[in-house]
Amino acid sequence: MDMNQYLSMFIDESNDHLQSLNESMMGLEANPDDLSIVQVIFRSAHTLKGMAATMGFEDLASLTHQMENVLDLVRNNKLRMQDFIFDTLFKSIDALESMVEDIMGGGDGKADVSAIVTSLQAIVRGEIPNAGGTVAEVSKPVAKASDAPVFLDEFQFSVLEQSMQEGHNVIYVEVTIRKDCQLKAVRAYMVFDLLERSGEVIKSFPSVQDIEQEKFDQSFSLYYITQKGASEIQAMILNLSEIEKVTSVGLDQESLRQLGQDSVAATAEVLTTAPVISSVSDSSAGSSNMSAAREEGGKAAPAKTGGAPSRTIRVDIERLDVLMNLFSELLIDRVRLEQLASEVQNGDLTETVEHMSRVSGDLQNIVMKLRMVPVDTVFNRFPRMVRDLAKSLDKKIDLVVTGAETELDRTVIDEIGDPLVHLLRNAVDHGIESVSDRIAAGKPEMGTINLRAFHSGNHVFIEIEEDGAGIDSQKVLKSAVKKGVITQEQAATMNDEEAHQMLFAAGFSTAEVISDVSGRGVGLDVVKSKISSLGGNVTIYSTLGKGTNFSVQLPLTLSIIAAMLIRLGSEKYAIPLSSIVETGIVKKAQIRTIHGNKMLEFRNKNIPLLSLSRIFSVPDYDESDEEETEIVVVRKGERLVAMAVQDFIGQNEIVIKNLGKYLPDIQGISGATILGDGQVALIIDPNAFIK
Amino acid sequence: MAEDIKVIVFKLGSEEYGIEVEKVQTIERMMPITRVPKTYSFIKGVINLRGVVIPVIDLRGRFGIEEGEHTDQTRVIIVSVNDMEVGFIVDSANDVIDLNRDSIDTPPDVVGGIKAKYLDGVAKIGEERLLIMLNLSEVLNKGEIVHLESLEG
Repeated sequence: MDMNQYLSMFIDESNDHLQSLNESMMGLEANPDDLSIVQVIFRSAHTLKGMAATMGFEDLASLTHQMENVLDLVRNNKLRMQDFIFDTLFKSIDALESMVEDIMGGGDGKADVSAIVTSLQAIVRGEIPNAGGTVAEVSKPVAKASDAPVFLDEFQFSVLEQSMQEGHNVIYVEVTIRKDCQLKAVRAYMVFDLLERSGEVIKSFPSVQDIEQEKFDQSFSLYYITQKGASEIQAMILNLSEIEKVTSVGLDQESLRQLGQDSVAATAEVLTTAPVISSVSDSSAGSSNMSAAREEGGKAAPAKTGGAPSRTIRVDIERLDVLMNLFSELLIDRVRLEQLASEVQNGDLTETVEHMSRVSGDLQNIVMKLRMVPVDTVFNRFPRMVRDLAKSLDKKIDLVVTGAETELDRTVIDEIGDPLVHLLRNAVDHGIESVSDRIAAGKPEMGTINLRAFHSGNHVFIEIEEDGAGIDSQKVLKSAVKKGVITQEQAATMNDEEAHQMLFAAGFSTAEVISDVSGRGVGLDVVKSKISSLGGNVTIYSTLGKGTNFSVQLPLTLSIIAAMLIRLGSEKYAIPLSSIVETGIVKKAQIRTIHGNKMLEFRNKNIPLLSLSRIFSVPDYDESDEEETEIVVVRKGERLVAMAVQDFIGQNEIVIKNLGKYLPDIQGISGATILGDGQVALIIDPNAFIK
Repeated sequence: MAEDIKVIVFKLGSEEYGIEVEKVQTIERMMPITRVPKTYSFIKGVINLRGVVIPVIDLRGRFGIEEGEHTDQTRVIIVSVNDMEVGFIVDSANDVIDLNRDSIDTPPDVVGGIKAKYLDGVAKIGEERLLIMLNLSEVLNKGEIVHLESLEG
């Protein structure tokens, strides 16, 4: 049996489940009494176990099995969640993650998990490492019951009886799987999955664990509580492919009692006394149908084990790049066609071109969306990380994540993880003070780290803000002088803000005690260079005693943007629409000169007026000759600047091209684009003009 | 005997220059150039070469020769060196010749006003013609440009 085709699915889904385990565990830690979360965790662990066992990753399966035992006690109110249980479970999840990673890397997913397994087993046995809290005793051997053979134990019997009294149907189901079925365990799992949707399986033979490890011949039987009728259940199971035969028997009080008394002979007896509905799926009728369905079922089976059935395929990012490039070419042609059509004035042509424009507009949206990924894919591991760090440092920290849905280009997402981890570690380690220091400073015990992502202009900002001690600029300067990064004289002239930026200097670390978490010398300079290499920027805002804010600015790196085309003499330039606030016309009289700078009153504010023609030394245009000047008002954050232009050409979708490696960086120019007539226009970067 | 190489021959003024053919992508007629502000004077701007934006430099300007008017003969040679694509504006380009590496001699210090470091050597073709082989990596060396610029300024 070739498992390779299932392997990638297994990995994808395992990762999903591990992520959901992590998230739910965090949720449970916040709300230890919410049993519905335990159910979610249990289901994830259970599915993971099933998948791992099917794929033959036994260490994975056995570890999840132990976790399941603990969780089972919790969800049945036999065990109260406590700190050490959380820690053990988190450790187990980490171990699972590393195993899955190993499998991803082509390994066999084997790992020594005996230590964790032992501590999990200890928890199940009710042993507490530090006799702090209380563990409710394990009154009935729920978890162990599965080891027993076919008969029901007292506990299960009473459950069946009770649910019968409450008006549920108790059904005995026997399922036989077709001989030629390749993945019996998966098929069995599907049966269980199906049944658990509308009821509860109380007992199965062989045990669930054995079934999952394919330790059964062709059939298995189970006791099941549901609201549905026996025949209905039978029909439901038969709908699954590769099921040969289903027998379902509704039990009544009497047969149940008999069962309790003589449980070994029970099955046989019940079969003869109770109304038996049995059917064999008609394999001769439409056998081709069946085999088609089987094939489909075979492929769908592992997918079904997943949580949310999202249908995805994986695509090499390079192919997306190629798609993007081809599409940009198409876009240039489209603009050219539009121009030609408007010149030719042929109705049919115009109509066709318009239609093409609409279609390519939609296409463009899709192509762009393909590359965009919500930052959540990076953020989702942070809550867990911060929790662990805070715990190891004995600090109390609340991580508040906002804007996780903000989307960024895939390539940026891939690169931004490490720098953010570094900044967060910094915030936890150096930013937030210890609990005693916080109390002494009159702050709440619980420190807060705000992790924010948001769009502004054509950039995405990610901010990490904490309410910790803030940065002592004198200390920073002293340290910088000592390390020879700057001289004493330089230090004396620096203000606070400049001092803070010193943290980004190479080989600089202010941590007085080198802790395990951060402060190993490879510090913020690496973060800075990484972010710069992405075309971004990072700034520190800090107030001593109040906290620090690291603000990371990242480009969207969209290769297609909406832009306003403008004319300066014979030259054309593009200004990204995202940074334009307004366009307008000002009279010469409205322009004032303050300290030699031209200023303009705009919406009750004085904003600077820049001369693009002078900045770019345009040979054949100068707005100072004009009585009235067209202006474009652009924004960076809160600040506004007006730029004088000669003419507006119009709004256009443009494809960003870089200027090639040969040209040095030119201040104020971020790239180039090709216009409909084949000419190159430079793209203005308004941010460069706003300091 | 050393190997034969193919060389594109172009003209700046009366001198003939050569670039190995592998380094040349295409040779184009003069096309509209978009000026790029705030850069060196010999960088004439950027062109659209079938969807790719490529900077073009005037080789005369780069070598400190007086720049002339563009004529019908003016060509843009697109070269690709060290992952950089750059266009050279030259007076004309109309020949491809085979050259034996042995026939390339170390250049004298200054040839036609161009510093020796930009040259790979000088090849003698026939009795009359001298072909100056360019060292493209040096011609496109950015550190050199900064130096040059500081001398000018």
